[in-house]
Amino acid sequence: MSRAIVAFLSGLVFGAGLIVSQMSNPAKVIGFLDISGNWDPSLAFVMAGALAVFGAVYWSSRARTTPLLAPRFALPTRDGIDRQLVAGSLIFGVGWGLSGFCPGPAVVSCTFGDWRVWVFVGAMLAGMLLYRSWPGRQPIPREA
Amino acid sequence: MSIVNFTPFSAIVGGALIGLAAALLWRMLGRIAGVSTILGSVLMEPGNDRIWRIAFLAGLVVSGLGAILLIPNAVHFELKAGAGQLLVAGLLVGFGTQMGSGCTSGHGVCGIGRLSTRSIVATLCFMGSGMLTVFALAHLS
Repeated sequence: MSRAIVAFLSGLVFGAGLIVSQMSNPAKVIGFLDISGNWDPSLAFVMAGALAVFGAVYWSSRARTTPLLAPRFALPTRDGIDRQLVAGSLIFGVGWGLSGFCPGPAVVSCTFGDWRVWVFVGAMLAGMLLYRSWPGRQPIPREA
Repeated sequence: MSIVNFTPFSAIVGGALIGLAAALLWRMLGRIAGVSTILGSVLMEPGNDRIWRIAFLAGLVVSGLGAILLIPNAVHFELKAGAGQLLVAGLLVGFGTQMGSGCTSGHGVCGIGRLSTRSIVATLCFMGSGMLTVFALAHLS
């Protein structure tokens, strides 16, 4: 139960961060990706802020053996650069550029009253199911 | 190229909140706050881990709902793509993030924060193809 409460709080703060930083604003995201036009570098600062805080906690807690509410840290197990990583990320980026949505912001903005967000979220879940039920695919590694 | 709509202060504050949320999940539960993997796992993997994952997603939804109900003027949202384009985009984002095992949060924040080579490569790939896509949309349409 305490694990669920912490996860809920984490989601709440995560979503607040997406809204404050305007990661949840597709036009803002596209402004960042539009380096050939009128470029808005703000999202690089979002990343810098997030990396500074997460990095500090991650690297300072590495010496500890366990998390406070779980038996162990669960790190991604897959190693090395493979075709799935590169091809999958390239495909994701095309969808990101077409819409301005990545998964977190899409979930956060599904209550903003625009039905088109639901079209995106429905299609995204379908795409996830499609890959995960693909015959002969690589098993999903513990990652992101 | 010219710089427009630059909001560095809210970007850093919002980014720090995202980092704080990811740090909380890591330090308390020992888990990576990667939204695409959390979503994909809720869909396809039964078991105990489903509970915290659903709770995390509920937190995301409640943050959006709370913001739009309580402080609607602070919520900036402008979506230009039409439904057809969003349908295609959603399929690509869903499929691509599962194939590449991560998205902006899992690779871009947590993975780079851990200095994972895989996540650095993944982030360069999706930022690169995202920029190319926006360029193509702007210049070919």
